[in-house]
Amino acid sequence: MDFNRIKEKLNILADAAKYDVSCSSSGSNRKNKDNGLGDTGNGICHTYTEDGRCVSLLKILLTNHCIFDCAYCVTRKSNDIQRAAFKIQEVVDLTINFYRRNYIEGLFLSSGIFKSADHTMERLIAVAKKLREEENFNGYIHLKSIPGASDELMYEAGLYADRLSVNIEIPTISGLKLLAPDKKHEDFIKPMLKVKNEIIRYKEESKIIKSTAKYAPAGQSTQMIVGATGESDKDIMYSATHFYKNYQMKRVYYSGYVPISTDSRLPSLGSEVPMLRENRLYQTDWLLRFYGFSVNEILDTDNPNLDMDIDPKLMWALRNLNHFPVDINKAEPRMLARIPGIGMGSVHKIISGRKYRRLSWEHLKKMGIALNRAKYFIICNSSDWERRDLDAATIKGMILQSQNSKFKNQYNNQLSLFN
Amino acid sequence: MNASKTLVYDGSFNGFLTAVFIGFEHKLTHADIQKQGQLQSGLFAETETIFTNIEKAQRVWNGVRNKSNTAIKNIYFAFLSEQNNMEALIYRYIQKLMGSKHKGATDFSDDGVLKINQLAHKVGREKHRMEAFARFQLTKDDVYFANIEPDFDVLPLISKHFRNRYADQQWIIYDVKRKYGLFYDLNTVEIISLDLTDIHSNSIEKSSAFTEAEYEYQDLWNNYFKSTTIKSRINNKLHVQHVPKRYWKYLSEKKEAV
Repeated sequence: MDFNRIKEKLNILADAAKYDVSCSSSGSNRKNKDNGLGDTGNGICHTYTEDGRCVSLLKILLTNHCIFDCAYCVTRKSNDIQRAAFKIQEVVDLTINFYRRNYIEGLFLSSGIFKSADHTMERLIAVAKKLREEENFNGYIHLKSIPGASDELMYEAGLYADRLSVNIEIPTISGLKLLAPDKKHEDFIKPMLKVKNEIIRYKEESKIIKSTAKYAPAGQSTQMIVGATGESDKDIMYSATHFYKNYQMKRVYYSGYVPISTDSRLPSLGSEVPMLRENRLYQTDWLLRFYGFSVNEILDTDNPNLDMDIDPKLMWALRNLNHFPVDINKAEPRMLARIPGIGMGSVHKIISGRKYRRLSWEHLKKMGIALNRAKYFIICNSSDWERRDLDAATIKGMILQSQNSKFKNQYNNQLSLFN
Repeated sequence: MNASKTLVYDGSFNGFLTAVFIGFEHKLTHADIQKQGQLQSGLFAETETIFTNIEKAQRVWNGVRNKSNTAIKNIYFAFLSEQNNMEALIYRYIQKLMGSKHKGATDFSDDGVLKINQLAHKVGREKHRMEAFARFQLTKDDVYFANIEPDFDVLPLISKHFRNRYADQQWIIYDVKRKYGLFYDLNTVEIISLDLTDIHSNSIEKSSAFTEAEYEYQDLWNNYFKSTTIKSRINNKLHVQHVPKRYWKYLSEKKEAV
């Protein structure tokens, strides 16, 4: 193997793949087979990049040659960059050798689209097939569904991959028309729909016939770029909800747009990556998936955007003070989960702990609850609680004063006089 | 009897459980259980040497397990923390558990319970870290070799994970701090001790023990690590929080930074 040539390709094709934020390696049920190599489990981050993101999979493009010219994409046809392509065997060797050294949980393979969607998809499948059948590799494989790929290929892809994903990238159809004129919305939806239906079929059949061949056991996911087309948080979260509901997505990822182009349709080079906004969107995503919120409770026409200076749960609570205070020792779990400053872990501790005795401030503090936020919304076994009838703005002010956020400079619009 | 007594055990988990059994037998409200060789007895304290008895250990294990599966895991994990005084903490924890009417529920409002829970949590995190940070290097004898230096004694906890995953390659994971390791010979995992002259961390200098291709792959991996970073999002604080500096010398992607 020519290591120098491989190194060059790896640098180019890893660099181009890094804007895909998904790096999850959990959720599959593939086990080691016949004393072969690898298994899957809860997912492991084997290291973290210097920007603090988890590295769990070898995330590369098969090639960055592409026939499309999407404005937001670094590998777009018109961009003057170095191009490279891996041979199938090269990707297989890299994956196996990285895996054996415990660097990675598996492979995340994406690609620029060369010749046609089907031709590209076929090559991706060939890599996965080789890993599974020739190397008896049972680690995690995430393949990209290429927009416009045929149903037959999407079926085959799911037989080898643990997860499939197609990135919708632009949350609104009008935005897509503007930035990726040669791509059609239906091209994204078609493979997504096929995968969804196959997953349903697999789940049904495997209930009856245990030996049914696995089909994408870790489900499918998608990604949206945030801050490229002037979309609102409502646009993003409503469209995320649509994908969770109608395509049974395992995950929707939000990727703050990193300026890579001088195109006038996009934020200019050097503008800041909207990391705080990205963070607030993920918090909202969690509220929808784990905390029993529905999206219209948090975002609607009157409130199309999330507050940057407070988290979305606190934002909701301040708009709905009539639900509070909540009695920690009596409230139902679903109401406990809605108190700002209390996570699901703390909810379980409270429910377990209150069987033994009535909980007081002291107990809650030791359990690790963020009392600086929670204290305005709860009563517990203590006569000492917030009795003043405070309005939302006052509570917000007091909470903001009590915490020192690392993001403060990002949402503080007021100019400071002395610096 | 309500006396305090020092029970000395051999350092093994079964030895400890035997000591717990004896403690319960003598109805000790406070058991001072200590490892042999680390004995710190009070001037007038009575000591008793405990001989490990699998049967007695098993009875304690089963007794706890019947109460709660989480508890048995917490006890084993907390034991592996090797923390000062964890024996007394666990003894109290078991006492509480056996006296409790609530099956399964954990009393998070109790300081001792919370403490054991936190200890177990820390050990669990270290276990997970070693599953993530162990870096194998291929020796010329065709064995994948990794040195680790975990904060707690987690080798017994990670054995199964690596056995299930790397079933078709020989591997050794060696704890340089506790001077023992695991060796998988394609059939079973055995405990070994080695006479290591130097620690094989992922240093820049090459060792003749490893294959030539080994260093090529390390180089590729380091390159990958660099090119997958997004420069406009650098966040070193977060990076170090996830990959604490004390592990860097064993990670090939960080060897230049050490």
